[in-house]
Amino acid sequence: MEEEYRIIDRYLMIRLPEEIDHRSCQEISRRADRMLLSSEVKDVVFDFSRTVFMDSSGVGVLAGRYRRVSCFGGRVYVANASRRIRKILKLSGLMKYLEFMEREENDEKRDQA
Amino acid sequence: MKNEIRLEMDALPENEGLARVAVAAFITPPNPTVEEICDVKTAVSEAVTNAVIHAYEGKGGRIVVRCSLEEGLLHMEIEDFGRGIADIPKAMEPLFTTRPELERSGMGFAFMEAFMDSLEVESEPGKGTRVIMEKKLGAASREDGEE
Ligand SMILES: Nc1ncnc2c1ncn2[C@@H]1O[C@H](COP(=O)(O)OP(=O)(O)OP(=O)(O)O)[C@@H](O)[C@H]1O
Ligand SMILES: [Mg+2]
Repeated sequence: MEEEYRIIDRYLMIRLPEEIDHRSCQEISRRADRMLLSSEVKDVVFDFSRTVFMDSSGVGVLAGRYRRVSCFGGRVYVANASRRIRKILKLSGLMKYLEFMEREENDEKRDQA
Repeated sequence: MKNEIRLEMDALPENEGLARVAVAAFITPPNPTVEEICDVKTAVSEAVTNAVIHAYEGKGGRIVVRCSLEEGLLHMEIEDFGRGIADIPKAMEPLFTTRPELERSGMGFAFMEAFMDSLEVESEPGKGTRVIMEKKLGAASREDGEE
């Protein structure tokens, strides 16, 4: 399954792949940055609804986009992150730089799966 | 009964996922929890990715993954024959990375440490690196009575 990049309102929405690792992360950063450059948008939403695996490569993607947009007052949002993904983000110290968009019911369903 | 596997592969990004899947399949007998499987997959991914990126600097080489299981104890070694690490304690500090330009964040060893029961790193500059990790899985981890 391919990841998706769309601009909705003033947000760049990125639907992340099932696995965010060394192999998939370079393409995510590259495409995100290209869209940020070619549009007026400065807020990014990372949608983890399909993501089942992420290692430190994903931390680099989020931290890198944060660095890029925050100097223009942009924000980085995280949507539909499972408990596992949140644990990884927490360990990496990124929580304070991210805004969370969560739907609790979804969360619980997926955490049990 | 003890069970052992040895997986040797080229240091290529496409083999990182393969190593994760192979180890996840290998650890099913002791009935690990979903969380334990995720922990082990993350640790394998970190160690193998480090060999691809840092040991061989993307130029390729060989990686050997050895796993053994005995009474629910997973012992895992990930070895490369690349550039090695001069200052191991420094390399293991959270947020320390020698490749910030590749958007590495210096969290790999921190994740291995957080998700496994033990982590040891042996390395010699110019010779290579061996990362040794252990974790109790399934009933064996619950017997410890952490709760
Ligand atoms: N197999 C290896 N061979 C040589 N150097 C290594 C190896 N593994 C790690 N290192 C060194 O240790 C440092 C820290 O590794 P660690 O995995 O913690 O962070 P990283 O790989 O730099 O970033 P991240 O894992 O967050 O993407 C690396 O930047 C690298 O200098
Ligand atoms: Mg690493």
